[in-house]
Amino acid sequence: MPKTIKIRKGLNIPLQGNAERILQPAPAAEVYAVKPPDFHGLIPKMLVKEGEPVKAGTPLFFDKYNERVLFTSPVSGVFQEVVRGEKRRIMEVLIKADGAEDAVNFGAVSPAGMSREEIVERLLKSGTWPFIRQRPFSVIASPADKPKSVFISAFSTAPLAPDLDFVVKGQENHFQTGLDVMAKLTDGDVHLSVDAKNTRSEAFLQAKGVKIHPFEGPHPAGNIGIQIHHIDPINKGDIVWYTDVQDLIIIGRLFAQGIYDPTRIVALTGPEVLNPRYYKVKAGAEVLSFAENNLRRQKDIGLRLISGDVLTGTAIEEKGFLGFYDNQVTVIPEGNHPEFLGWLIPNINRFSMSRTWPSFLMPWKKYRLDTNIRSGERPFVMTGVYEKVLPMDVMPMQLLKAIMINDIDKMENLGIYEVAPEDFALCEYVCPSKIEIQTLIREGLDIIRQEFA
Amino acid sequence: MKALIQFVENKIQPNFEKGGKFHKFHRSFEAFQTFLYVKGDVTRQGSHIRDAVDMKRTMFHVVIALTPVLLFGMWNAGLQHYRALGMDVSFWNEFWFGFLRVLPIVVVSYVVGLAVEFIFAEIRNHEVNEGFLVSGMLIPLIVPVTTPLWMVALATIFAVIIGKEVFGGTGMNILNPALLARAFLFFAYPAFMSGEIWINTTLREGQALVDGFSGATPLAMLAANEVQNLPSVLEMFLGTIPGSIGETSTLAILIGALILIATGVGSLRIILSVVVGGLFMGLLLNLFSVNEFMAIPPYYHLIMGGFAFGAVFMATDPVTASQTPRGKYIYGFLIGVLTVLIRVLNPAYPEGMMLAILLMNVFAPLIDHYVVEANMKRRLKRMKPSTVKVQA
Repeated sequence: MPKTIKIRKGLNIPLQGNAERILQPAPAAEVYAVKPPDFHGLIPKMLVKEGEPVKAGTPLFFDKYNERVLFTSPVSGVFQEVVRGEKRRIMEVLIKADGAEDAVNFGAVSPAGMSREEIVERLLKSGTWPFIRQRPFSVIASPADKPKSVFISAFSTAPLAPDLDFVVKGQENHFQTGLDVMAKLTDGDVHLSVDAKNTRSEAFLQAKGVKIHPFEGPHPAGNIGIQIHHIDPINKGDIVWYTDVQDLIIIGRLFAQGIYDPTRIVALTGPEVLNPRYYKVKAGAEVLSFAENNLRRQKDIGLRLISGDVLTGTAIEEKGFLGFYDNQVTVIPEGNHPEFLGWLIPNINRFSMSRTWPSFLMPWKKYRLDTNIRSGERPFVMTGVYEKVLPMDVMPMQLLKAIMINDIDKMENLGIYEVAPEDFALCEYVCPSKIEIQTLIREGLDIIRQEFA
Repeated sequence: MKALIQFVENKIQPNFEKGGKFHKFHRSFEAFQTFLYVKGDVTRQGSHIRDAVDMKRTMFHVVIALTPVLLFGMWNAGLQHYRALGMDVSFWNEFWFGFLRVLPIVVVSYVVGLAVEFIFAEIRNHEVNEGFLVSGMLIPLIVPVTTPLWMVALATIFAVIIGKEVFGGTGMNILNPALLARAFLFFAYPAFMSGEIWINTTLREGQALVDGFSGATPLAMLAANEVQNLPSVLEMFLGTIPGSIGETSTLAILIGALILIATGVGSLRIILSVVVGGLFMGLLLNLFSVNEFMAIPPYYHLIMGGFAFGAVFMATDPVTASQTPRGKYIYGFLIGVLTVLIRVLNPAYPEGMMLAILLMNVFAPLIDHYVVEANMKRRLKRMKPSTVKVQA
């Protein structure tokens, strides 16, 4: 095994509510949703009419700018309706499940005997193509590209992230099939990063046809962007693809069983969950279908349900749905209550990376953090803060300023191609000026993408 | 406290909201409101949780770090006064005398400075920034205790408007506002800023100055080649010497430095490299010592004049210092070097710290530019075209 890559910068946020390694049975959800906003830059064109019956794997819509990329139904049932937001933007495509588990049969085959074109075609038709994403820009890969290499992270360091060793158990074969598929898509290497200390699963450590890279260190060491930066950084013009362990298992299942079955093992986590555990659910399931009886409901305290982790996830409504890529649901208290002299009084229940709060004296403590933003937005004042949580040879503040002034040359030279909003999530968390950094990075990426589109 | 917050939100806030009687002043209201309590605003996009730290808390820690310096400065003002009169009075008498002279300067600096900040916040319709909480305390600490109050007010207005607001407010300024106030006084009213002005020597009936009283600072003595009159090292370290209100006690400044470094608010990189730069230049001058000033032990520079205060509280201002980690070393080192250079080789200015920091403030963006360029070059170097597009 190659040398361990040690990540020194970063921060593990000590949030309460890590999931126990118990798989809790959950009733199947009645309604499922595919949410176009999960896919950045997508403009959906509908392929089905309201009331039409669908099977798991039936195309629902396609990407206006990339007609070959189809998005299919996760379950069999009836296409119920389209939920629209501002400017009639399609927010959710709802499927009412019939519980019949009817699926379109794509045929079970081994990827070994297939050509690259056949594999791509199969992924596109089944609706599993969107699981493959690309850097730069962190968007769905284009079937017209051939990537320099493929990256997969076999561990996650995000707050309360699911334990992938636990998740992959019993699905090792599908995971290896998924790896074989990815190996066919690139002429370069398939890189699999593992946690040098905690990864034990043979599925990862003994994976075939890949290069294994052990990593060590705090969050964001598990982020694919950080790993790419340390293994084989992206230059202008490069395209690499990446995907998740659970996404790969779904792709593996497609080849082994011939059906699109987006079943995931999802961790229900956070301080407002009574018993944080794992659930087996399908992508797009209504979150309350499995979370309902496990939430701490208190008078006067609102709950924020997040599909994903607390740094990068999407806030969802009470009746919201699991995101397409998400393996985790986090529930934290809303912070919409004022606090008298809250910026001044030493409070042992506040967590801060800076040593201006007493939390640094209690490294063992776990916190019940809420959504209060704690201050209005300020210009950049403090320096050297972002650098502590960004383990990349990228100058965060200078890059952000280049984005603010729309300077494309500077953005390129400062490494915009190597970054994604999620890599800057910790910078946003620690920012004393409360600047919306992830949104800013996304703006920068959009500017570059339009410029060279 | 809940009742108080509810009263503010339900009874007072509506007057300042759109359509309210005092909407014009809603930024000022907001400033007081957020000072009183943290609002219940929640995250809308991006990270759902945010670090507990904010600008108020950060700035407040600098003010805490300045407190030992302020208290010592008050006592020293009294001590120097009674020494000049040859009177032996109790510690509390000395402190009380200084307290009565220093407090008005602090009040004037805060009231005038904050007034300007509030006016600009309303005109430009942005939130009032916390930066002046620190500047307002720094300005009194770097002026002589004899400075007239109207001069403090004028300098503060000049510093806030020309130093900060014309550039767009806190975070956008190029020069350290507090030092700019000091520089303004230095060049606009030289008679009040040099010579026998460090000690309050107002005499009441029946009082007289002791024979041979000079009241000169150690740096002035050295500039005048009076090395034999220098106070002892211990006195210079403790700070019982003439000088600006807050600059004399290296000990009190060290306590402040410990607070800044322990909380991570001040940059250890900058503080250390200023010290190293000063010592380096002091040693270098020792090699060529043609006069007594050049021959003094280098560490004397650290405990004389404004060196320690400047290194800990002025050079570390994050907005006007270099912003890149590597740049901070260069920036700090050059401040140390320039300070000693100006002190020793320029007969016109016995104190070099103020000008050295202001000069390096101007050069900080240039230093950063080269550090950033180096990062860009590293990125370009590893470029090699490797992606092959296939036609779909």
